Amino acid sequence: MSVASFAEMSARERLAAVVDAGSFHEWLPPAERVTSPHLAQLGVPAAFDDGVAIGRATVAGRAVFVAAQEGGFMGGGVGEVHGAKLAGLLRRALRDRPDAVLILAESGGVRLHEANAGLIAVSEVMRALLDVRAAGIATVMLIGGANGCFGGMGIVARCADTVVMSDIARHAMSGPEVIESAHGAGEFDARDRALVWRTTGGKHRWLCGDCDALVDDDAAAFRAAAVAALDAHRPMTLEELQRESALLQARADADGDNADAFELWSRLGVAEPREVPDLDADALRSRRPAAVAALAQGAA
Amino acid sequence: MAWQAVAARLFGSDHAIVADGDFLAGSAPFEGTTLAVVGTTNHAAVGVDLALRQARAVLATVAEHPGRPLLLLVDTQGQALRRRDELLGIHRAMAHLGCCLDLARRRGHPVVGLVYDQALSGGFITSGLMADACHALPEAQIRVMRVPAMARVTKLPEELLESLSRSNPVFAPGVANYVAMGGVRSLWGDDLAAGLRAALADRDTTDRRAQEGAQRGGRRAAADVIRRVLEA
Amino acid sequence: MAGMETLNFAFDGGRPLAPFAPTLVGVVASGNLEVLVEPSDDTGCRIAVDTSARGFGPVWEAVLRDFHERHGLGGIAVAIHDMGATPAVVSLRLDQAIAAIAGDA
Repeated sequence: MSVASFAEMSARERLAAVVDAGSFHEWLPPAERVTSPHLAQLGVPAAFDDGVAIGRATVAGRAVFVAAQEGGFMGGGVGEVHGAKLAGLLRRALRDRPDAVLILAESGGVRLHEANAGLIAVSEVMRALLDVRAAGIATVMLIGGANGCFGGMGIVARCADTVVMSDIARHAMSGPEVIESAHGAGEFDARDRALVWRTTGGKHRWLCGDCDALVDDDAAAFRAAAVAALDAHRPMTLEELQRESALLQARADADGDNADAFELWSRLGVAEPREVPDLDADALRSRRPAAVAALAQGAA
Repeated sequence: MAWQAVAARLFGSDHAIVADGDFLAGSAPFEGTTLAVVGTTNHAAVGVDLALRQARAVLATVAEHPGRPLLLLVDTQGQALRRRDELLGIHRAMAHLGCCLDLARRRGHPVVGLVYDQALSGGFITSGLMADACHALPEAQIRVMRVPAMARVTKLPEELLESLSRSNPVFAPGVANYVAMGGVRSLWGDDLAAGLRAALADRDTTDRRAQEGAQRGGRRAAADVIRRVLEA
Repeated sequence: MAGMETLNFAFDGGRPLAPFAPTLVGVVASGNLEVLVEPSDDTGCRIAVDTSARGFGPVWEAVLRDFHERHGLGGIAVAIHDMGATPAVVSLRLDQAIAAIAGDA
């Protein structure tokens, strides 16, 4: 059985692999040429879909709305039109009430070439996503691209009910180059890949409870995780946020002295932390500390 | 304008807002009601600790003072650029703060944002941009990223980005530009109390920014694309 | 500063394809391109190119003429967004687009 690398697929290939075969109906498809009004002035080519494909589909026979960001185009950055496609998809979900909204996220965040328009767009996506969640519709992020999910899109993604990551994906705010640029390699050596991945990668996020499912870099595994996430909606209540507040503060306190990931994992109760980089998703699943798993469940 | 001057202009000397490092919190009486105030100062770099502190203040307001209006005072240079904050999930702490503000809104708290100095990037996405509407003082500035860093990341020349920052609404950091784009609802003139009064009176909490960007002419494509998706 | 270059080509003749849905291949990334192929009322083959790599008009002419001679298709409109792809990659994407259309037929 050959494993189809999710990371190596284009956005459209990933989308096709995750939803039921032939079920995707695209809105504002490439032929409609809904493109960025801002890129030509910078000598940058537009993309017919402005880097995101949106539409409706089924997953395991259930109605979903789906979006897939193309990390190859402008780093998956959110520009005015790209963001409006996502915001429109989410607002339509409020009206049409699919079982879930599924976003295959690969993005550096705000598309810098569109600066202010991109910043406002990201916020409109965030507000719309939270509206969908508050309406009782499951929201699911699949993060498995080589570029990861960063910046404003990193914030948006963690507003969803479920974040699924592969072990090679990353979910964070600022990339290591930006941090090294600001404060030097001593702060964060961007060329130390092992350091980068244990700081912001899927395995770290899984062990800490910051992502909800960890899978291999495999389209079928992402599909299975998406199916499971259809019923994983969790309303955002005061109690839930108070619980999250305590969890995040406790973890910050556990790190206290600017420790490395290995040390943090050890303090959180992960057995044999040095083995983590060599374990695959299956093997790692059982290493998540019981306390983290319990908090991740939320109120039963 | 310093936060103390903003507070004095709005509330006189009769307020209980306190700065603890870069963190602002407290309460203030305003025209017969009490406001909760949460925010940052000193062009704060928002890391995990500061995001969580702001979030706790919002949650405390929701838990202890149902319906109390929240005024967010925004002065930030954006997210902290530190390995520790990435390790601890600054993206999640920021999402958490945004979700707390959203919860407050859903529970009937008016949430008003005011950029009184500067606002960048993630620090803004998670605060002012999560208010029911964000307002600004006329001299405030809002950016995604400073030009030198933007030049490094985009590989576009600094001179070009500087020139665009002066002439092009998509890049210009002035808040009047953000008003035209719908990102900021209004600028508060000398009569700050009038601005706050109007903001508190507007109880429509739907996200009108795309519409306002189209109406005001600064950002036309977004509203049209959203409409097309709804009608597709 | 230098912006995009737009080039337009039209080749006569060619046999029409059976009706097909607009088809997209490729990604607008450095060294890559996206190709959108749609049915056209013209009998020939029209190709519009937007590229960030200026000054390669003659190369495009050669590559696209070669494409037209290889496939001999009429009644199609091809639109390209290019970010500096080599002729080999351009030819590959064009072939992939036609294959995708044939595959859906």
